[in-house]
Amino acid sequence: MKKFLAFVQKEFYHILRDKRTMLILLAMPIAMIVIFGFAISTELQNVDVGVLAPNKTSSIRQIINKINANKYFTIVKEIDNSKDIDKSMKQGDIDIAIVFNSNFNSDPKIQIVIDSSNPNLANSEMFYISSILKDYFQDANRNINLKPSIKTNTRMLYNPQMKSSYNFVPGIMGMIFILICALMTSVSIVREKERGSMEVLLVSPVKPIIIIFAKMVPYFVVSCANLLTILLLAFTLLQIPMNGSILFLCLISLIYIFLSLAFGLLVSSLVETQVAAMFASLLGLLLPVLMLSGMIFPIDNMPIILQWISNIVPAKWYISAVRKIMIEGLEFTYVLKESIILTVMSIFLIIVALKKYKNRLE
Amino acid sequence: MKIKYLLEKEFKQFFRNAFIPKMVIIYPLLVMLVIPLITNLDIKNLDICIVDKDNSSSSRKLIQKIDASNYFVLDKVVHKYSEALEEIENGNIDAILEIESDFEKHMTNGTNANIQISANAVDGLKGGLGSSYLASIINEFSGDSLASVSIQHKYNPLLDYKRFMIPALIVILLILLCGLLPALNIVNEKEVGTIEQLNVSPISKLQLILAKLIPYWIMGLVILSICIIIVWLVYSFVPAGSLFTIYLVSILFILIMSGFGILISNISSSMQQALFVVFFFMMIFMLISGLFTPFNSMPQWARIFSSCLPPRYFIEIMRDVYLKGSGIIDLYPKFLILTGFVILINFWAILTYRKQE
Amino acid sequence: MNNNDSINKVIKVENLTKKFGSFVAVDNISFEVGKGEIFGFLGANGAGKTTAMRMLCGLSKASSGKAKVAGFDIYKQTEEIKKRIGYMSQKFSLYEDLTVYENIRLYGGIYGIKEKDIKPRAYDLLENLNFLDKKDALVKSLPLGWKQKLAFSVAVFHKPKLVFLDEPTGGVDPKTRRQFWEQIYEAASRGITIFVTTHYMDEAEYCDRLSIMVDGKIEALDSPQNLKKQFNVNSMEDVFHTLASKAKRGD
Repeated sequence: MKKFLAFVQKEFYHILRDKRTMLILLAMPIAMIVIFGFAISTELQNVDVGVLAPNKTSSIRQIINKINANKYFTIVKEIDNSKDIDKSMKQGDIDIAIVFNSNFNSDPKIQIVIDSSNPNLANSEMFYISSILKDYFQDANRNINLKPSIKTNTRMLYNPQMKSSYNFVPGIMGMIFILICALMTSVSIVREKERGSMEVLLVSPVKPIIIIFAKMVPYFVVSCANLLTILLLAFTLLQIPMNGSILFLCLISLIYIFLSLAFGLLVSSLVETQVAAMFASLLGLLLPVLMLSGMIFPIDNMPIILQWISNIVPAKWYISAVRKIMIEGLEFTYVLKESIILTVMSIFLIIVALKKYKNRLE
Repeated sequence: MKIKYLLEKEFKQFFRNAFIPKMVIIYPLLVMLVIPLITNLDIKNLDICIVDKDNSSSSRKLIQKIDASNYFVLDKVVHKYSEALEEIENGNIDAILEIESDFEKHMTNGTNANIQISANAVDGLKGGLGSSYLASIINEFSGDSLASVSIQHKYNPLLDYKRFMIPALIVILLILLCGLLPALNIVNEKEVGTIEQLNVSPISKLQLILAKLIPYWIMGLVILSICIIIVWLVYSFVPAGSLFTIYLVSILFILIMSGFGILISNISSSMQQALFVVFFFMMIFMLISGLFTPFNSMPQWARIFSSCLPPRYFIEIMRDVYLKGSGIIDLYPKFLILTGFVILINFWAILTYRKQE
Repeated sequence: MNNNDSINKVIKVENLTKKFGSFVAVDNISFEVGKGEIFGFLGANGAGKTTAMRMLCGLSKASSGKAKVAGFDIYKQTEEIKKRIGYMSQKFSLYEDLTVYENIRLYGGIYGIKEKDIKPRAYDLLENLNFLDKKDALVKSLPLGWKQKLAFSVAVFHKPKLVFLDEPTGGVDPKTRRQFWEQIYEAASRGITIFVTTHYMDEAEYCDRLSIMVDGKIEALDSPQNLKKQFNVNSMEDVFHTLASKAKRGD
């Protein structure tokens, strides 16, 4: 134990000495959570609308005003003929064109032309514009239309304002932890390998397991500091709710951090150079985490084989658990599955990594 | 022409590397074949649960209509809201539709009937679009549709999400490989110490940097071509605009990214630092340039920030050319901005490269 | 400055100083090196010898003082200097993933040797080293001693006036070191001035003149015989220990 503490102390001196790297390690997660927490969003916003109305009657003007008054839409352009719609869209000036027919008063017809490059934006735009038009026609025909209608009320559970950040912040947390922890540990340990100092330690009479754990401790501490700042920023600046127990959140985050460190350790045992460690951590982790964790892209939408593969991406389980605890405020029993899976994964990774290091010595 | 010898060396080293040449071929293949299947934000097959408190023929008709839609998978019909909520909490369903007990009575009496939709909105997009779909089905059911409004989806009439993501995936590959590899190359020579032998030689800074960059320019064009061919063969998807425009903008972008890689390696003192900094920028480039989430959905400061970074323009141009068939004339302001970045970043990279400490 | 003497000086250094912040790595040193001389630059690790050498090669900017290398000013004419010098750093600096011949060709090329001359000259060189059969071997497959011999040959391949060697023989056995010094003598006999840093005292004996640096200052400068006489000891080892014991800087 005494030996272990001495080693830990040495490792701390080691990473504290390089102030610039230390700064990067502590500041990077903060910058990432702030930038991404605010910026990543799928909310419909700033839709530029063009209007083609050969004959500007008062009712058309009313409709235009109604659309312009909506917070999502801005009328930016009046278009003279239908050819210009294509041109404006190709230049990226407008997202939607609303085309009124020339005898609108006697036979009202409206065509909505949507730039559907992004299908989801196109759909949202369609729904919002349709509902604005529907409201208008209902108001206008109030006296004639006596048909009964069904009134639908919509309630958005857990996220009444439909903030994208509720969805993305847990995802960003899942991504930042695993990437930073894995990258940090793997690159740093491989750096020592490159310089030969790792070998010297490993052949010393101290057990390899002690050396390796001692190496992980400082990074674990750095990661915990990052966890603290990220959670603090999420609650204060990003105003993400904490509906569940913060204790469980921290617990599962610690498991996840440990897992990420173990992953970094495994990478470091498999590769020989820092560049290779970087590639393994970045190319091998970044895209899978971004793509298969459900952070941005719903796992349900993927082909079934990829859904299976997504099960081995630890970030998937962590993100799911964080969403449940933070946003939905569920009890720990609901995230039991996630916790167990993450724990088993960490143990598996750490055992494989230690085995690899042991084999190198024999 | 001393640069000839340096280029010879760079190419030999490139091809002798056990890992990089393989990766340049395999990684684009993998990304282009697998990721389009993943980056599917189509809101389809939402699982819903219906709370039918009325249990009448009208309510059953509505349920049938919803079940028949390909947007929804009807998980269960229950009679109590609490049971449905339990389903949401377990993550089995995405939305609840609650039909009030006097639904049929109201319908026949001609008074307003009420229906409550409750969507899990943790994912705001899914919740929002899902409930909109539901509402529009109900509208149709009540005969309240807008006959006089027609909708035309331009450029992607089938609303295929793959088509939206494919040009972006090419961008990701160029960001990852053309920015990362040159940065690592120089930092690696710094760590090994060989760069010093070049710095003490009479070769000029410009030639040194050019010799480092040219192989990556060629590599970037190879990657681009591989991608275009795969997309054409596998997805039968060719650019609506001209290939010339695609290549031109890609060349600009490759020049920017490789210059950026050199710049980072110049200002980092160790490989470790360079790696962390490159990593940070990769994340920024990928997440706030409109690749996965819409540029317009970001708050204003983020849009301004993103506008100071080259990938935003590259992504927009690639998508516009691939999907809309925009040409250089349509997009000339963005081309000018990218050209500005090329000059700025490469100039900066040459300026910060120090043969002398 | 116009007399014969100063033309024959390949290196002239006056009050050269290098500071990193408040740390004075090289403190006001002055010396001269004549043409064809083997000039030894001794000092413990951290004494400042590598920093001094890097300033002369144009790899590091001097903070103050004057210096000329091969007749050119180290502030304004570094590129002129670089054409006329060879350099071998303590970090082994040939490309490990290139072959022996490819390394020679690369450095020959960037020092401006004509394409048609590179091959014959490279073959001559390899023949002299008894290396010709290894010309297509990757450098990483060679033993360290050979790599060092090769690195030296590459450093003088373009026939520089002067070659800087920064601890060239670190980590090899005494026998290989002696062979390496034969190479140095051979180069010196062709009129190439040798500027070599080392901390091996047996190597110090091989030099024509020596300077010994302690804590950034030159504490002694003369031929090995004169230094031994001056300090009244029998070996360079003892000279060095007498001086180095004054050092305040650690490693």
